[in-house]
Amino acid sequence: MDYLAIQLFNGLVNGSFYALLSLGLAVIFGMMRIVNFAHGAFYMLGAFVAYLLLQQLGIGFWPALVIAPLAIALAGMLLERSLLRRLTGLDPLYGFLFTFGLTLVLQDAMRLRFGLQGQPYTTPAELAGSVTLGAISYPVYRLFVVAFCLVASVAVWYVIERTRLGMVVRAATERADLTRALGVNVDRWITPMFGFGLGLAALAGVLAAPMRNVSPLMGSELIILTFAVVVIGGMGSIAGAVVAGFLVGVLSSVGAIFDPAVEGIVAFALMAAVLLVRPAGLFGSLDTR
Amino acid sequence: MRRFAVPAIGVVIALVLPRVLYPVLALNILAWGLFAMSVDLLLGFGGLLSFGHAAYWGVAGYVAGLVARDAGAAYPIAALAGALASAALAVPLGYLSLRRKGIYFAMVTLAFAQMLYYIANEARGITGGENGLQGIPRVFPGLSLGPSMSFYYAALPLILIGYLAAYRIVRSPFGHVLVAIRDNEARAQALGYDTLRYKLIAFVLSAGLAGLAGSVYALGQRFASLELLHWSTSGEVVLMTVLGGVGTLWGGVLGAAVFVMLRDFLSTSDLLRDAPGVVTGAVFIVIVLGLRRGLWPTMESFASRLRRLRA
Repeated sequence: MDYLAIQLFNGLVNGSFYALLSLGLAVIFGMMRIVNFAHGAFYMLGAFVAYLLLQQLGIGFWPALVIAPLAIALAGMLLERSLLRRLTGLDPLYGFLFTFGLTLVLQDAMRLRFGLQGQPYTTPAELAGSVTLGAISYPVYRLFVVAFCLVASVAVWYVIERTRLGMVVRAATERADLTRALGVNVDRWITPMFGFGLGLAALAGVLAAPMRNVSPLMGSELIILTFAVVVIGGMGSIAGAVVAGFLVGVLSSVGAIFDPAVEGIVAFALMAAVLLVRPAGLFGSLDTR
Repeated sequence: MRRFAVPAIGVVIALVLPRVLYPVLALNILAWGLFAMSVDLLLGFGGLLSFGHAAYWGVAGYVAGLVARDAGAAYPIAALAGALASAALAVPLGYLSLRRKGIYFAMVTLAFAQMLYYIANEARGITGGENGLQGIPRVFPGLSLGPSMSFYYAALPLILIGYLAAYRIVRSPFGHVLVAIRDNEARAQALGYDTLRYKLIAFVLSAGLAGLAGSVYALGQRFASLELLHWSTSGEVVLMTVLGGVGTLWGGVLGAAVFVMLRDFLSTSDLLRDAPGVVTGAVFIVIVLGLRRGLWPTMESFASRLRRLRA
């Protein structure tokens, strides 16, 4: 029973990362029709920025939680302006291939500089230790991660679904040409939204740093799991990204109770089931496929 | 004359290649070339980007290795077993993946390939896990295939059969229907074609060819490892296809030759041996930004300009 409870919490923690990452993917895809393969690489870079801030400048976790996403967002906006923009209007496959190449470069460049050995990052003092919940004790930091991701997810959902900016984004997602015809300057929002999506990936990276070692390959398998999450939730759906993220996280961890080997397979089995029963994804609509 | 001249030049190149380079590298080029062709069969002629073809390359590598090692089968039998295993696996995975289109199809195929990677990693008893499947023998009654040079010439017919099969498929009525579906699926449906069925058959054929390539590659290396199934393998073969030119079929072999030699060169560099992605990823970016046409069409237009100059 205790093990089940612990695995349930572990699942929520893993799910938080899937949710944050697939949210960023959804935002970028909605605006640019690009599936960002490099999302996992930017998650890794976010963690490295936090690590370097602490190592080189003595800047701790809390400032890093703001600085790293901003830095990565800025770098992303430069990238969008300089290179990605050239792919506008081409088959989305080219954006996918571009970001795949970018992933190889970023990963191996970091590998040249830092090696494959993971770098430790200390948990902030305020969140160190464990807290007793009924019969089990659980690390405070992990609970913080879940709470933080939930708040961040709701905030993004609010911005996209309830504000004027979100309305522009959603309209551009559905019909960019029609939105332009109605006098909305869609292109003005592309660069900032790309930066915002990457910022979310970097945020997830900073949150991961105290839990997982900071290493060049930390995002490499996560990104493919995130793709499965996106297919399950339905691409372009904010709610779908969050719900599917937590669903995959929890089911994988609970599945591991029966057999540890199951943990890696659950996301893909769930994806296969969703493809059979509801190809558009849990929250997706078939129009956007 | 020209009808025979170009294939004849190709065969001559294939025959002398292991003497110019070294035999293992030459066989790698041919195997990756067939692998790239299988991707191009789907992408160039069916409009379907599979980003998970490592699944078929890798599963075939393991199956061929197991059949050769544990059953002591002759190498063509092992290669055929690998190709058939991949084609069989492609039936359910293709059916599921084809429920989505475009970029989603790419993501789904990638995810399924990753699933096989996990399974191969967990099934240590069969695949050897991190250590891989080592010491794969290559036998054929009456032949000694130990030396790489001998095995190159023994494997060459298998590879050439693969090339010819791919060529025949795209030139057949089936291939023309596939192109029609790529260009306008609704119209093909309206003409009475069961488009899903055509796409699934193309997917299975492509997986079978990728499997044949993977089998020969594993037999040539005498080794099958998790790297065969890794997502970067799926990406690299797409890169070779795009580098050679999408929809050209033979371009895949050219792209494979350039890429395999580049990687071979990088593996000799002290600095980049462990981080070849810095260079190969940059090549990817450059191709997507500026060379989307590919090498083969560029070469073809160069050759025709040359002919016009002579005339």
